[in-house]
Amino acid sequence: MAVKSDLVISLKGIVNRFGQQVLHDGLDLDVKRGEVIGIVGGSGTGKSVLMRTIIGLNRQAAGTITVLGQRMDQLSDADRTRIEARWGVLFQNGALFSSLTVAENVQAPMREHTDLQPRLMDELAALKIRLSGLPADAGAKYPSQLSGGMKKRAGLARALALDPDILFLDEPTAGLDPIGAAEFDQLIRNLQRSLGLTVVMITHDLDSLVAICDRIGILIDRRIRVGTLADHLKDEHPWIKEYFHGPRARAAGIGV
Amino acid sequence: MSDPGWVKFTTSGSTAIWSCGGAWTIEHATRLDGDLTIPAEAISKTAILDLSAIDQLDTSGAWLISRHGKTLHGKGFAVETREGDPDLAALLKRVVETEDVLPVQPPQRNLSDKIAEVGAAAEGILTESRDLVAFFGALVMALSRLALTPWKLRWNAIFSHLEQTGLNALPIVGMINLLVGVVLAFQGADQLARFGAQTFTINMLGISVLREMAVLLTAIVVAGRSGSAFTAQIGTMQVNEEVDALRTIGLNPMDVLVVPRVLALMIALPLLTFFADMMGLLGGGLMCIALLDISFGQYLSLLNQAITVDHFWVGLVKAPFFAALIALIGCFEGLRVSGSAESVGRLTTRSVVEGIFMVIIVDALFSILFSYLGI
Ligand SMILES: Nc1ncnc2c1ncn2[C@@H]1O[C@H](COP(=O)(O)OP(=O)(O)OP(=O)(O)O)[C@@H](O)[C@H]1O
Ligand SMILES: [Mg+2]
Repeated sequence: MAVKSDLVISLKGIVNRFGQQVLHDGLDLDVKRGEVIGIVGGSGTGKSVLMRTIIGLNRQAAGTITVLGQRMDQLSDADRTRIEARWGVLFQNGALFSSLTVAENVQAPMREHTDLQPRLMDELAALKIRLSGLPADAGAKYPSQLSGGMKKRAGLARALALDPDILFLDEPTAGLDPIGAAEFDQLIRNLQRSLGLTVVMITHDLDSLVAICDRIGILIDRRIRVGTLADHLKDEHPWIKEYFHGPRARAAGIGV
Repeated sequence: MSDPGWVKFTTSGSTAIWSCGGAWTIEHATRLDGDLTIPAEAISKTAILDLSAIDQLDTSGAWLISRHGKTLHGKGFAVETREGDPDLAALLKRVVETEDVLPVQPPQRNLSDKIAEVGAAAEGILTESRDLVAFFGALVMALSRLALTPWKLRWNAIFSHLEQTGLNALPIVGMINLLVGVVLAFQGADQLARFGAQTFTINMLGISVLREMAVLLTAIVVAGRSGSAFTAQIGTMQVNEEVDALRTIGLNPMDVLVVPRVLALMIALPLLTFFADMMGLLGGGLMCIALLDISFGQYLSLLNQAITVDHFWVGLVKAPFFAALIALIGCFEGLRVSGSAESVGRLTTRSVVEGIFMVIIVDALFSILFSYLGI
């Protein structure tokens, strides 16, 4: 695979605030090609907002965002669409199109960005649905007919529709049963290896962090501290200590 | 980036070989789908899928290869797959092992299904009417229960709806009625002038505005404005499971959502109608002053001779009934929303159409009633 630049995403000096509340203040983050980076942090520290900022749904108050070598604020509409076809996003609450079936949800990005024949598109949608761990008959269902965990999987199937270069996942394994969550981790690993996929994954799931994340970014004090699990285990910050040495961390087999 | 994906068919001895290479990704999937054929030369029953030259594979490419392998297998070939890269092999294995990938077929519909649909639609109308009547009954129950315990009414909600449906509607209601008054007076004067009965314009104007026009137009505007808003608000809450959440914390959606809206609209619509009466008479008056060459004082005294207070009451008394209908239908359709954003839209449209339709029907019934009573 030809590697253009080692940095897929690069954030410099990001500032985000809502009214008086400052979420990010001079946040820097570099994501390398082909890595799985996990983002953790307490509830309300601005993980989802950070993801929305990178994909352009939330405009930062200051700072620059570079994705695949392109400054996001200087893109023409056509370039923007081209970049958007190269990332897949799984939102925290699934965000499925409620008036489309699951299969149509998965096909929506394909229709927009490719010229596939309907038959192949049907087959691929069915494949993605099965790959993300849904039963085959889920394709014909509407989102309101799915369970919470199934919605997550359907959202994942849609995020994978175009086999993107970058996958943004907001708490993908929340609401999945442990076996399903482990399978999902494995699926992400497989895809990531074979495609050189870069994954930015917000998660509270310590098992996923251990199983598939190459590096972990911790949102703390309005910045992000990035390092491997081993680095963070040495960190003296009280929250990080608590996080990696708490009972749940011990159950996941880290920080013992 | 790597080369676009390609596939070459060769035979070696009695073995058919498909060599694949390049990028087997979704951009090239349509072409590769067409290229992956089983040529006539492949007669012997051994096949090799040589994937060692593939340098980029995604699930679409893996799907094509897996499907080809299965097709060959189905035709009785002994298939051997040669993968290069282990990651690539792992992905392919995953795709191959994903069973029962059945493309979702849209259900076929034949004539009897279509006839059944007509029947189901008719039944739907009947059950909906029944449900609406039941809903009305439940509303009356809730109202009478709350009439005994008025401190349990949600006054904050009532006032907020009063503001949204009443106060905020003043400009549009005023404007429409003013203009309709102008138009009525102009058309009336024009026609009556042929009989030299121009002064009767004022009788016609006063009676039609007070008895029908003001209340009907106001009700139609309110159905479009507030009936739709009620359906959309409650419908969106329904989609977010907020209505279910209300029930689980022991709150009755009827008390919390429906009663305040119905009461607020029943207060707002008569007030709006009064305002509409005034604006209609004002607009018509301005036109009369201009066309009939009279002063404002003369207009008022002619109007005073032309109408009685009964005309005013006949119009106004209909307003609370129209309001109850509009609010009832708006809330009812909102609570019928299920799941999708599309259903919010569909039922909102329906609530407006049904609201206006019912208002006009009830208006006609009132006309019959009043003519019986001789008012
Ligand atoms: N559109 C908005 N307007 C105002 N405040 C917002 C907005 N979006 C998010 N916030 C605030 O920003 C903060 C961070 O929100 P965010 O959704 O990023 O949290 P999070 O880190 O993803 O938390 P969780 O782990 O619970 O998902 C919250 O305090 C939230 O109230
Ligand atoms: Mg979040």
